[in-house]
Amino acid sequence: MTAFAQHFLFEFRTGLRNKDRLLLNYLFPLGFYVMMGLLMVNINPMFQETMLPAMVVFTILSAAILGLPSPLVEARDGGVFRSYRINGVPSLSILAIPALTTLFHALIVSAIIALTINPLFGAPLPVDWVSFWATSLLVALACAGLGSLIGVISSNTQVTVLWSQLIYLPSMMLSGMMVPLSLLPAGLARAAALLPATHAMRAYAAYAYGQPVSGSALVSVLALTAGGVLALGLAMLLFRWDSQLAERRAHPALALLALAPYAASLLFL
Amino acid sequence: MDEPVLQVEGLRKSYGDTVAVDGISLTAQPGEILGLLGPNGAGKTTTLECLEGLRRPDVGRLEVLGLDPTRQARGLWNRIGVQLQSSGLPRTMRVDEAMTFFAAYHGVAPRYDLLERLGLAEKRRALCGELSVGQQRRLALALAMLHNPPLIFLDEPTAGLDVASRVELHAMMQELRAQGTTLILATHDMAEAEKLADRVGILLRGKLVALGSPRHITSVGASWTKVSARTENDCLADGAPAFPEVLQQQASEEYAMYYSSNPGPTVAALLAYIEAQGDRLIDLRVERPSLEERFLELTQEEAR
Repeated sequence: MTAFAQHFLFEFRTGLRNKDRLLLNYLFPLGFYVMMGLLMVNINPMFQETMLPAMVVFTILSAAILGLPSPLVEARDGGVFRSYRINGVPSLSILAIPALTTLFHALIVSAIIALTINPLFGAPLPVDWVSFWATSLLVALACAGLGSLIGVISSNTQVTVLWSQLIYLPSMMLSGMMVPLSLLPAGLARAAALLPATHAMRAYAAYAYGQPVSGSALVSVLALTAGGVLALGLAMLLFRWDSQLAERRAHPALALLALAPYAASLLFL
Repeated sequence: MDEPVLQVEGLRKSYGDTVAVDGISLTAQPGEILGLLGPNGAGKTTTLECLEGLRRPDVGRLEVLGLDPTRQARGLWNRIGVQLQSSGLPRTMRVDEAMTFFAAYHGVAPRYDLLERLGLAEKRRALCGELSVGQQRRLALALAMLHNPPLIFLDEPTAGLDVASRVELHAMMQELRAQGTTLILATHDMAEAEKLADRVGILLRGKLVALGSPRHITSVGASWTKVSARTENDCLADGAPAFPEVLQQQASEEYAMYYSSNPGPTVAALLAYIEAQGDRLIDLRVERPSLEERFLELTQEEAR
């Protein structure tokens, strides 16, 4: 088996073996999904219309934004990367493989939700499944990029939680997952364009459900793609093998550039 | 003489205002065990990390297996084995998984026999996070050896090991040396260095203050020889005269001990005195200082 396959298998298993990762990859999203299906649909029947994309975005956010960064910080601080380095494990594998396996876990949970959401909670299914899964992959790429970047720039796990919550909480409130964008004040709705989840909800509505959307769904797709690629590229640039080594290739503030595609989308929406 | 596998000239490394390594020069030959001794903060680990290509030296010329560790680290890592001070293995990785994982990155077949040899066969399915410190060190050593490198760096390899594991590890190190593998051994354990190392370098405050075989280090510069004697009627216990060349004397329950700057005249006078007293010699020992004693002496000299 190739080194890549060995590494992928190990990281995939870690997503199940590590209790924190298991919680954020599977238990939390699935538990939240059931809770929302039982409660939210009764409280706000409109939620049913966007329930599937909202739950998929929630799953990806949990796994990538909450689950991915801390293990990177812990591995760096615990000397795991140093050990990897002297055994020839490239930094690209160290960043890309956990991002890929996180994406896999998120897609497995998304598939469980997609298979059960209509029979259990009567939520409408996409009219175009290819677009639905393509959008899901894109959202996972964008969020995994951001999650990796947070892990790389954070000096410790407390800082990781802070950065993660700065993306996670506004995404829950402002992206259209829980409350339609049309109900938000104009300023907040505009600010929500800085969040990948907002673009994800727009892309799902336009391409997977064939619904009319405010703004250009193509711009959202481009923002997610550019955001994901840029975040992963910046994570590679800012990656450090060792917390004891002071040398950095660039200032961590450069990570803010990862939001540039989302900020630029404001000009075109 | 074979080409040295490792050459260091004027290695210097600072962290801010702190000089961790200050102008070290040394070489290592194929099949040699070179011990690096020193207290905490002496610069052992920094020296090893520069040689392993993990740290960039400020000044100095380094060559390891014909490669520059700073510029050619990637090529070097597949040719050296490194056992780091902390195992650095993911807590969620199984022992056999670690073997297949690192073997795959080195492009070799997994060496499960090493796990057996190092007493980890029963732990193959255990997670690295569940292993004791000693077991983690043994696993790290197995992983450092799996691609059969000609040069292995060992940072405190026996710390936390029980006696049986330590003996097994020492045997393994001697076997590796016999096969032509060079071992660079950083350790606090003087007895281990004295027993295993062909040459020892003593590091104090970033400087290499002694380099040579343990025998050479303990003889050169040592200002005394210990002469211990035991007699049937304890004539040396009280009232014995000051023997020539003795710097200091001590008595334990059974032995009288003399630290002599010139043991010949001391021993001659001692024997003559015992005979004159009508006593009988039971045991006489003339010993050069151990590596540990020499190390302490060097430490005190450096402190002055």
